[in-house]
Amino acid sequence: MDHPIKRDHARFRKIVKGKIRENLRKYISQGQQMIPKGNDTFKIPMPSIDIPRFRFGDKSQGGMGQGSGEQGDPVDGQPGEGEPGQGEAGEGEGNKELEVDMGIDELAKILGDELELPNIEPKGKQQLSSTVDKYTSIGTTGPDSLKHLKRTYKEALKRQMSMGTYDPNNPRVVPIRKDYRFRSADTKIEMENSAVVIYMMDVSGSMGEEQKEIVRTESFWINLWLKSQYKDIEIRYIIHDATAKEVDEDTFFRTRESGGTLISSALKLCKEIIEEDYNPNEWNIYPFHFSDGDNWSADDTKICLELLDDFILPNSNMFCYGQVESRYGSGQFYKDLSGKYGTDHDSVILSKIKNKEAILDSIKEFLGKGK
Amino acid sequence: MSRSKPISGDLLDLQRRVQGYADDYGLDYFPQIFEMCDYDTINILAAQGGFPIRYPHWKFGMDYDQMSKGYRYGIQKIYEMVINTNPCYAYLLEVNNWLDQKLVMAHVYGHNDFFKNNMWFSNTNRSMMDVMANNGTKIRRFMEKYGQTKVELFIDKILSLENLIDISHLFETKEVVSQRNKIEKTFEEEQKVGGYLVDDRSQALKSYMRENERQKVTVKEHNDDDEGVMLAEKNLWKGERDVLKFLIESAPLEEWEADVISCIRKEAYYFLPQRLTKIMNEGWASYWHSKIMTEKLMDPSEFVDFASKHAGVMAMSKQNINPYKIGIELMRDIEYRWDTGRFGKEYNECTNMFERENWNHKTNLGKEKIFSVRKSHNDISFIDEFLTPEFCNRQKLFTYKYNPRSQRMEIDHRDFEAIKQKLLTSLSNFGQPIIQVEDSNYKNRKELLIKHVHREVDLDMQFAASTLHNLYAIWKRPVTLETSYEDKPVLVQFDGKELSVVNS
Repeated sequence: MDHPIKRDHARFRKIVKGKIRENLRKYISQGQQMIPKGNDTFKIPMPSIDIPRFRFGDKSQGGMGQGSGEQGDPVDGQPGEGEPGQGEAGEGEGNKELEVDMGIDELAKILGDELELPNIEPKGKQQLSSTVDKYTSIGTTGPDSLKHLKRTYKEALKRQMSMGTYDPNNPRVVPIRKDYRFRSADTKIEMENSAVVIYMMDVSGSMGEEQKEIVRTESFWINLWLKSQYKDIEIRYIIHDATAKEVDEDTFFRTRESGGTLISSALKLCKEIIEEDYNPNEWNIYPFHFSDGDNWSADDTKICLELLDDFILPNSNMFCYGQVESRYGSGQFYKDLSGKYGTDHDSVILSKIKNKEAILDSIKEFLGKGK
Repeated sequence: MSRSKPISGDLLDLQRRVQGYADDYGLDYFPQIFEMCDYDTINILAAQGGFPIRYPHWKFGMDYDQMSKGYRYGIQKIYEMVINTNPCYAYLLEVNNWLDQKLVMAHVYGHNDFFKNNMWFSNTNRSMMDVMANNGTKIRRFMEKYGQTKVELFIDKILSLENLIDISHLFETKEVVSQRNKIEKTFEEEQKVGGYLVDDRSQALKSYMRENERQKVTVKEHNDDDEGVMLAEKNLWKGERDVLKFLIESAPLEEWEADVISCIRKEAYYFLPQRLTKIMNEGWASYWHSKIMTEKLMDPSEFVDFASKHAGVMAMSKQNINPYKIGIELMRDIEYRWDTGRFGKEYNECTNMFERENWNHKTNLGKEKIFSVRKSHNDISFIDEFLTPEFCNRQKLFTYKYNPRSQRMEIDHRDFEAIKQKLLTSLSNFGQPIIQVEDSNYKNRKELLIKHVHREVDLDMQFAASTLHNLYAIWKRPVTLETSYEDKPVLVQFDGKELSVVNS
C-alpha cells in the first residue's frame, strides 16, 4: 500500500492547481514567467500557498554572516539562501518562496478549464499515421528473450493442479513446452497530427518593450495550448519592418528595428515557408501576426488581403491577427481587416490587445473557436 | 509500517562499536535503535517531522514535494534523522556509504545524549510516536464524520497560529506536571471503563457529555452577567502567550474543533525544545561525531572523505550563520577555556594581552564543563554566557542589515556587543514574534485584542493580515492586533469583512 503521505501529496497538487487557476489572470497579466524546466515541465512561483503566520519582516530583520569585508560591503544574495548542512527533522521555517513543478498538460488543462477552450478538431482527413509496437499482450510463441516467467509459471501451476500432479508438500512446478508464455507486441496505429505555428511580428520603431512583452506572454500561452492539442508541433518566427526575415525565438523577442512597415513582406515569407516545408494536407497551420496596426500604404494592405485570400486562408486552420495598442500605432490594419472579413469571421480572427490585462481575453478570442 | 527495517550484520557491529566509544566518553543516552530506509522513506519521514504517522494534511504533501525534488536534483540530501523518543529512533539512508553511516551513527549518539539530559527536554513526552499516531486517528475520524475539506480548512487556520505558544510552559513545576498527568490518567481510565474497545459511540457520547458540561458553565456565566464577572474574565487572560490554550478554553468552538486544537498544540510543544536548542544540539552532536571519528572510529584511508564531509556540514556563508558550526566551535571553545583556566575573576580582569594570550592554569575542567553546559543551557543562555569577543573575531562574524538606498543587504557591524545582541534577538522566543492576549472582551463587545510585544523588529504586515483572517475565523468576532510599524504604534483590525490599519 502506498504511504498516506501520497494522499497528502495529491491533495497538495490539487490545491496548487486550484490556486493557479484562481490566479491565472494575475499570472498572465503580470507576465509572471513560468520558468521552463527540462522537457515539458514548468516551474511556477507560488507566493501565497504556504500557511501564514505572525512572523518578522525580512528587511527590517537583517541577519548575521561570516567572512571578510568592511562595514558597508554588500552581502550578496538574500538571507535564507543556500544554507548548507544537514536538514534537521521537524524544523525550519521555510521562508523561501515555494516553487512547484507543473507538467505542460496540467498547465494547459488549467488554461483550457479557465477559458472554457474547446478542444481543437484537427484538420480531418489527411492525418499522418504511424505504427507503434507496444509489448502489452501475451502470446504462446516467441523468442526466449521475451519469455514471461510469471505467466509461464502460472500456466504450469494451473496445469499441474488440474491434472492433480501438484503436491503442496513438494511444491515443485515444472513447465513444459505448451506452458510457455511470451510477451508479444501489439501494433497500434497512432494518428499523428502535426501543427506549425508561424509567428510574425512587426519590429518597426513603433513597437516598444511593453508591446513585445505582451506578444511574448501571449505566444507562451498559445504555444502551451497548441502543444497540448497536437502531438507534434513546430514553431517558426518571422520579424519584419519593410522587409521580413526568419529568426530564432530569442531574436524574435529581442530585435528592434527602425524604419517603415510593409506587412506584406511578412505574409510573403510566411507563404514561402508554408510552400517549402509544410504540405497543408498534412499540417495544421497557424499563422499569427502581431503589430500595432501601422502599414506603410493602402497599396500594401491590398497586397496583404490578396495574399490572405489566395494562399494563406485556404491553406491554414485560421489566420490570427493581434493588434497591440501602442502610442504610435494608428490601428489602421485592424480596421482594414475587419472591414473586409468582419469581426466574426470563421478563419480570420482579430483581436485587440489593449494592455497586459487583456491578454487572457485575447487568448480566448484566438483559441475559442476550436480550430 | 515496513518501510524501514532494523539494521543487521555489519551495521549492527558498527553500532556496537560506536556505542562502546560513546560509553567510554561518558555519554548517557536512551536505548538507541537504528533503522534503514530508502530515500523516499526518509523524505516522507522528514516531511512529517520524523514521525511515520501524522494526521492527514496537505502541508506534509507540500514538504514531501519539496524534499523529493531537492533530493532528485541533488540540491539537498538528508543524511540522518533522529527522533526524540525513548527508545530513540534514528534512520539511516541505505544509499549512504560506509563512512557516512559511521559519521551519522556517531552524530546520533550525540543527539540522543542531548535529548536525554538537557533540562529543556525534561518534560517532553517520550512516547510521541503513539501520541502522533493517535492524533492521526482522531483527526481522520473527524474527517470521516464532518467532511475532509471542513476539517482540513480548520487545521489550516490552527497551523497559522501554531507558533503562538508559551515557552515558559516548559518550566512547569513537578506538581503541575503530575497534576496534569493525573487528569490525563483519569480520562484514559474513564475511556477504558466506557467499553472494552473504545468505539465511536462511546467517544461520541463522551464528547456529548463534555459539551453539555461546558454549556452548563456558559449558561451559568450568562446568569451572572454583571460587570464584575466580565472584568474578572478580562484579567484572567491578559498577558497569556499560549494563545492556542486561550482559544481552546474561550473561543466559541465545537467539541471536535477544540480537540483538533489541542492535538496540534501538543505537537507544537513537543517540537519546541528542539527549536530552543538548535545551536547547542547540533553543536553537541557534531562535537561528538568529530571526536569519535577522529580519535577512534575512522580508518586512515577515510580521512580525506571525512574531512570533506565534515567541512560541508560546517560551511558558513556571508548570508547565514550555521548552527552546526557556531555550536561545535563554542563547545570546543568552552572546553579549551575551562581546560586552561581562562574563566573567572582573575582571567576576566587581566589586562595584560600577552598574559591573556598565553594563559594556561591547567585546570582541566573542560570536559566536565561542557557536560554541565549541555545539561542546563538553551541557545539563548548558551550564547549569552559563552560568546566572547575573541570567538567572534576568530570566526569572522558580522551583522548585516538592509540599506534602503542601495536596496541590498550590507555589512553593518563587527562589534562584539552588536553581534551578540543580533544573535540573541534572532533566538529570542524561538525566533518567533511574541504575541499575547491583551483583552478577550475588547471594547466590551467580546472582540479580541492581541498584542505583539515589539522588540526592534517589525512584523511582516502581509502575513500578519492573513493570520488575522484566520484568527477571526476561530474567534468569530472582530480581532485586533496591537503592534508598531516603522516606529509608529498601530492597530490592525479585521472585522470579518475589512482590514483596517489605524495609528493608535
